[in-house]
Amino acid sequence: MIDTLIDITLLVFLTITAIAIIKIHNLFVIIMLFGIFSLHSAGLFVVMDAPDVAFTEAAVGAGISTVLMLATLALTKDHHEKKPKHRARLPLLVILITGAALVYGTYDIPSFGDPDSPAHQHVKPRYIERSVEETGVPNVVTAVLASYRGYDTLGELTVIFTAGLGVMLLIGGRLRSRKKNET
Amino acid sequence: MKHNLILRVIVKFLFPVIALFAFYVLFHGDYAPGGGFQAGVILGVAFIFYALIFGLVTTEQVIPPQLLRILASTGILIYISTGIVTMLLGGNFLDYDMLAESPVTGQHIGIMVIELGVGITVSAIMLMIFYAFASRGRS
Repeated sequence: MIDTLIDITLLVFLTITAIAIIKIHNLFVIIMLFGIFSLHSAGLFVVMDAPDVAFTEAAVGAGISTVLMLATLALTKDHHEKKPKHRARLPLLVILITGAALVYGTYDIPSFGDPDSPAHQHVKPRYIERSVEETGVPNVVTAVLASYRGYDTLGELTVIFTAGLGVMLLIGGRLRSRKKNET
Repeated sequence: MKHNLILRVIVKFLFPVIALFAFYVLFHGDYAPGGGFQAGVILGVAFIFYALIFGLVTTEQVIPPQLLRILASTGILIYISTGIVTMLLGGNFLDYDMLAESPVTGQHIGIMVIELGVGITVSAIMLMIFYAFASRGRS
C-alpha cells in the first residue's frame, strides 16, 4: 500500500519534471531539473528493491552528469535555448506512434516481481541458492557482477576507459599543447 | 568561489567524509549495496567538489592529470592481471577459486581486488573527464 503511494508520488513528480524540462528555456534550470529527474528515478529504484542501481543513478545521474553539463554550460555564451522557428508536427506524430507501440509492448511483459517470468527462471535461482556457498559474499548483486559475470564487468570497465580516452582525445589536448609552447 | 569562506570551510569538513564513504562503499560492497563503480564515482565527486570551490589549479597540484592517466590504466591492468594470474594458477580467466587454499577465500580475494581495480579506473576517468571540460574555458 505505502509502496504504491510512494510510486505514484514519485512518478507524478517525474512527469512534472519532464514537462517542466520541455517548457522551460533557461538551460541552467533545465540542468538542475535533469538532476532532480535522476534523483526521482533513484527513489523509484529504491522502492523497487534495487539499491545498487539506485546508488549508481544517484551518483552518476544526479551527481557527475549534472556537474559535467554545468561545466559545458559554463563554456557557452548564451544560457537560453533557441526557440524553434517552426512547429514540430512530424516528430510529434512519430513520437506518438512510437509511444503507443511501446505501451502496447508492455502488455506482453510479465508483471513486476513475477517469479515465473523467464528472467527469473534461467540462472537466477542458482545464483540465489548457491552464491553465498560458492563465493562467501552475502550481496548477490556483487557476487554476480564481480564473480559470475566478471568478464562482463571487465567489458564495462573497458567501456568507461574508452569513453575517458575519447574525451581526452577530443577536448583534453591542453597538456600537450602547453608543453609544446614551453619548449 | 575562491573567496567564499563558508564554502571553503564546508569543503574541508566534507571532503574527508565523502572520501571515507567512498572507501566504505568499496570495501563493504560484499555486504551492502555498492561496489567498485559507485565507490569510484563518489571518490571522483569528492575531488570535483574540491575543484569547484578551490579551483582547478589547486586540484591539479593535488592530483596532476598525468597521474590520473596512470591511475586509469592501472585499475584496468589490475583487473586483467587478476584474470591472467588465475589462468597461470591453472584455472579459467577470472576464476578466483585458484587464488587461495579454499575457493571461498579465493573468491573473496578476487572480488576485492577487481572491485579495487574498477574503483581506481572509474574515479580516475571521472576526474579526467571533469578536468578536460573544466580546463577548456581557461585558454
